[in-house]
Amino acid sequence: MAKGEEKALRPKRAIERRGLAITGACVLLVAVLVLTLIFMVASRGLATFTTDGTPFASFMTGTTWNPHQNDANGIPLVGALPMIAGSFSVTLLSCLIALPFALGSAIFVVEVNPTFGTRVFQPLTELLVGIPSVVFGLVGLRIIVPWTRSWAGGTGYGILSGSIVLAFMILPTVTSLSIDAIRAVPQSYRDGSYGLGCTRWQTIAHVVLPSASSGILTAVILGMTRAFGEALAVQMVVGNAAQIPTSLTTPAATLTSVITTSMGNEAMGTVYNDVLWSLALVLLIMSLVFILIIHIIGRKGAPRG
Amino acid sequence: MTPINQGPVSTRPATGEGDAADLRSVILETRDVTVTYGTHEALHPTSLAFAAGEVTSLIGPSGCGKSTYLRSINLMNREIEGCKVGGQVIYRGQDVNAPGVDLFELRKHIGMVFQQPNPFHKSIYENVAFAPRRHGITKKSDLDQLVEESLRAAAIWDEVKDKLSESGFALSGGQQQRLCIARTLAMHPDIVLMDEPCSALDPISTFAVEETIRSMASRGICTIIVTHNMEQAARVSDRCAFFLLGEMVETGVTAEMFANPSDQRLDDYLTGRFG
Ligand SMILES: Nc1ncnc2c1ncn2[C@@H]1O[C@H](COP(=O)(O)OP(=O)(O)OP(=O)(O)O)[C@@H](O)[C@H]1O
Ligand SMILES: [Mg+2]
Repeated sequence: MAKGEEKALRPKRAIERRGLAITGACVLLVAVLVLTLIFMVASRGLATFTTDGTPFASFMTGTTWNPHQNDANGIPLVGALPMIAGSFSVTLLSCLIALPFALGSAIFVVEVNPTFGTRVFQPLTELLVGIPSVVFGLVGLRIIVPWTRSWAGGTGYGILSGSIVLAFMILPTVTSLSIDAIRAVPQSYRDGSYGLGCTRWQTIAHVVLPSASSGILTAVILGMTRAFGEALAVQMVVGNAAQIPTSLTTPAATLTSVITTSMGNEAMGTVYNDVLWSLALVLLIMSLVFILIIHIIGRKGAPRG
Repeated sequence: MTPINQGPVSTRPATGEGDAADLRSVILETRDVTVTYGTHEALHPTSLAFAAGEVTSLIGPSGCGKSTYLRSINLMNREIEGCKVGGQVIYRGQDVNAPGVDLFELRKHIGMVFQQPNPFHKSIYENVAFAPRRHGITKKSDLDQLVEESLRAAAIWDEVKDKLSESGFALSGGQQQRLCIARTLAMHPDIVLMDEPCSALDPISTFAVEETIRSMASRGICTIIVTHNMEQAARVSDRCAFFLLGEMVETGVTAEMFANPSDQRLDDYLTGRFG
C-alpha cells in the first residue's frame, strides 16, 4: 500500500472506531440501567419474603392489607390479592370499554374515509396521547365519578370510574395501533373479496379484521400494559380502599394506587416499605409478561406469503 | 325484477363490430365504454361483445388500458377514488350501471382473477368456500361438494385434496393462482375476468392454467383474459382485442388477426417493433 493512501485511511478508521465506542457505550449504559432497575426492584421486593418472613402464598392470596400489624402467628398482614384483583379488573374492563371504540374508529379511518382519517382524526388522537395523566384524573374526578354515581349508585369511586378514565387514556394507543394493523392488510385481499361479490362489511368482517387480528391483539395488549401501569389518574378515582372489590362501584385499590399513596409515608427497611417493593415487583413482572406476549404474537402473526 | 343472471342472451351481431355474419350468443357487451381517472381519459370509447363459451384475449403494451377496461366490466373501478366510467356495459341485456342493479349480485356472476395470486389468509378449503358462505350456502355437505367440484374444475384437486385444511399460502405461486380460479368458479360465474393470470407463473403452471381456461370455455363460461404473451393469446383465445394508448384498435378472431393484421399498429406490435 502506498504511503499517502495509508495516511488518508487512518483518520477514517479512527473515526469509525470512535463511533463504535460511543454507540456501544450507549447500548451498554441502557442495558446496565435496565438490568440494575430489575435487580433493585427484585432485591427489595424479595426482602418481604426473605427478611420479613412473610410466606409468598400469604402475600399472593391474602385478602387483608394492613402491613403495620401482624396476624395471630406474628406474620405481617400483607395480603396483596385486593390490589392484584383491582389492577386486573381495571385493566381488563378498560380494554373492554376502549376496544369497540378503537376498532370502530380504526375501521372508519382506514376503510371508510381515509382523507378524514389522516387529516383530522389522527392528529386528534395524537393530541390525546399528549395530555398528562393528572388531567385525565381531574376530569375523572369532576365528571366521571359524579356520572357513575348518578346511575350506578355507590360513591362513584371504584373500578368502574377507574376503568372509564383508563379507557380514555389507552384509547389513542389502541386506536392508532389498530389503524396500523388494518392498514397493513394488503389491498389485494380486499380486491379478492370484492371480486367475489362481497360487500364492504363482509370484506371487513371476514377478510380485513381476521388478517389484522394479530396486530389488533398487539394493540390491545399494549393498551393493557399502559392501563396496568398507570398510577395517578386511577388513584384519583378508584377510591383507594384495599379490599377485594365486591362490585364495580365500591371503592377499590390497584397495585399502583397503593404504591403511590403509601410510599412517601413509610420509612426504608420497614415491613411496609418492603412489601410496597413487592407490589412493584409484581407490576414489573406483569409488564414483562405483557411484552413477552407481544413478542410471541409478533413472531407468530408475522405476515406470510 | 328478474335476477340479473337470467336475462336474455342475444344472438344478434354485436354493435360496433364488423363481422356481422358471425352470430354468437352474446352474453356481455360494452358500448362506447370510457374510463377517466380524474381528468385523464385512460380508456377511449370501446365497444366489444363477448359470447358464452368463448375466450377473448386483450393484448397491447403496458399502460394501454387493458386492466382499466377489465375493471369496468365488473365495476371494480368503483373501488378506485376519482375513477369515472362512461358508456354502457350490458350483461344479459341489462346495463350494469343502471340504478337498481345490485353491484354485489353482479360480481357473483362476473368473477375476477388477479395478476398476483391473492388467496386469503385462510385454509385452502375456506378460500374456496369463502364466496359461497358469504352468499348464503351454509350446509356442510353442499360446501364440501362445491369445494371439490371447483378445485377439480381448476385442475388443482389432486394436488391439494389431502391438505384442504392447510393455509392457502402453503401452496406454490401457480397452485395459489389455480386456487384463486377455483375460488372464483365456486360462485358458478357466467363470465371470468383474468388480469394477466400467468405473469407470475412458470411455464408448467401457466400450461395448467391455460388448460383450466379451455375447460371453462367448454363448459360455457365466457373468459376475458389480459395477457402480454402473444403465444398464450394464440393458444388460449378464440377472439382477441388489441389496445393501444387507451384505444381499442382492432378486434376479431385471434387466428385471423394474428395471421394478417389489418391495422398497421397491430402489425408493428406483433412483429415487436414497439411495445
Ligand atoms: N388507479 C389509477 N389511478 C389513476 N390512473 C390510473 C389508475 N390505474 C391506471 N391508471 C392509468 O390508466 C392507464 C391505463 O392503465 P392500465 O392499468 O389499465 O394499463 P394496462 O394496459 O393494464 O397495463 P399493464 O399491461 O402494465 O397492466 C395508465 O395510463 C395508468 O396510468
Ligand atoms: Mg394491467
